[in-house]
Amino acid sequence: MSVRLTVLGQMKQIAEEQQRSIAQLDDATALVESGLDSLCFAILVARLEAELGVDPFTMSEDILFPVTVGEFIALYERAAVDEAA
Amino acid sequence: MKRPEPGSLREALAASPQAAGRLHGPAAETSFAALLAHSPLGGVRDALHGRAVAILTADQFTAALALIDLDGVARRLLLCPPDLDPAHWPALLDRAEIDAVVSDLPPEARPETGGRPVHAIGAIAPAASPPGPAFATEWVLLTSGTTGVPKMAVHDLAGLTGAIRPGPPGAPAPVWSTFYDIRRYGGLQIFLRGVLGGSLVLSDKDEPVADFLRRLGRHGVTHVSGTPSHWRRALMSPAVEAMRPAYVRLSGEIADQAVLDALRAAYPDASVGHAYASTEAGVGFEVTDGREGFPEDFVGRDGPVEMRVVDGALQIRSGRTARRYLGEDAPALTDERGFVDTGDMVALRDGRFHFVGRRGGIINVGGLKVHPEEVEAVINRHPRVRMSLVEGRRNPITGALVTATVVLHAGEAPADGVKAEILAACRTALPAHKVPAILRFADGLAVTQAGKLARGAAPAREVRHA
Repeated sequence: MSVRLTVLGQMKQIAEEQQRSIAQLDDATALVESGLDSLCFAILVARLEAELGVDPFTMSEDILFPVTVGEFIALYERAAVDEAA
Repeated sequence: MKRPEPGSLREALAASPQAAGRLHGPAAETSFAALLAHSPLGGVRDALHGRAVAILTADQFTAALALIDLDGVARRLLLCPPDLDPAHWPALLDRAEIDAVVSDLPPEARPETGGRPVHAIGAIAPAASPPGPAFATEWVLLTSGTTGVPKMAVHDLAGLTGAIRPGPPGAPAPVWSTFYDIRRYGGLQIFLRGVLGGSLVLSDKDEPVADFLRRLGRHGVTHVSGTPSHWRRALMSPAVEAMRPAYVRLSGEIADQAVLDALRAAYPDASVGHAYASTEAGVGFEVTDGREGFPEDFVGRDGPVEMRVVDGALQIRSGRTARRYLGEDAPALTDERGFVDTGDMVALRDGRFHFVGRRGGIINVGGLKVHPEEVEAVINRHPRVRMSLVEGRRNPITGALVTATVVLHAGEAPADGVKAEILAACRTALPAHKVPAILRFADGLAVTQAGKLARGAAPAREVRHA
């Protein structure tokens, strides 16, 4: 499964577990408008680390925190490439 | 020096109607009465009169012999538990101003003692009663559960025995045993109960649980104590029914409703009690109504043990607390009013105080506090769960997240459905930040030599997200 589909799938599953209604997600959706709170994102990062084997937030000392869903996905896509390299 | 009553274990044994009681180790045994006229230290004992002595043994049985022989003789006894890190040994000997060491270890296995004499504890041999009046010996116990050099808490026999009541008149003498090592506070309480009014069967750290339970059954043990972790392990053993105790006691960790109910089911004829005690605070109280937590009115009531709750933490003042920490520059054990801050956090619900965890064990999830123990209590309510460990896991968004490792009953394979049920129960009972974000199953969980669930180091509290 692609990184994109994995990220989007986990976002939907966590929103369901946390009983939060989630917005229609596209690349331009701002993370703060996504319906996920910081606990959801914390869980998302932990689950993605388990699934993809990377945690881009701790791989680099200075990362720009993503603002949109597209940036969030891109962060993981880059990290997955870096990890494979 | 003021002498407590009784002045020493030897005096108590000499006066006891139960001196027919016996001390059983895994490989040796004796009657308590025989120890009045015998010594395991040969002619050395009287030379230790008024000295500060460390008891360093491989075996609990020899430690018990040395305790009975030297209480009232030595000025100070340092009890070294079996899991003591040898690296701390020199500092502890110095800080406790130890004059001599008694040990059952062969010479090549003994640690460096800085020139202090080491006397062998051997087989008991006839010996006259020690000369002179009994000292009110200081019993020095090491605190557990901390990293670095353990702290040393000073007790005396009067305080250590303050919670021990004689059995009902005419009742048969109890046969005590404990999963604990007797050189820890929880085990020492059971050792003293055995010496002062019954018999005692000692555990052995290398003995499989099933063998220990069968040995307890063969000795007809009536009173058994251990931590909830000890008991959960026993409940997983096929030999759990090898003994039929009349009294089951839990202490040292939070006794949740699940383990209390499981023990009631396993031992329907036994009374099941959970005691609150710690090396520093001594024996606080015992709860015998079969329910977790303790009644609200225990706090603030008059009696030999006074309790108060300050900022959620239980504080205790009584004659059973340790007298002080030992060593120069040691911190004060009590506040100016004599209360020991236990560091155990409680919460009041429905007329009962419930233990929610240790002050230092809090997981910080984005600024919200989680006690691992409160989450474990919810998980443990699931009928398929035997035990669980909740920990913090470092997380770049919230600093930490709650994770759980769960052990199911033996012989039943983990099922996805069980995981979903556990998480559903957590979501019903707990706010979202306390629900485990990650839950995995394991075959077992590590338990420390002190009988407590091994909790790892706290996760880093680093937060990168502004």
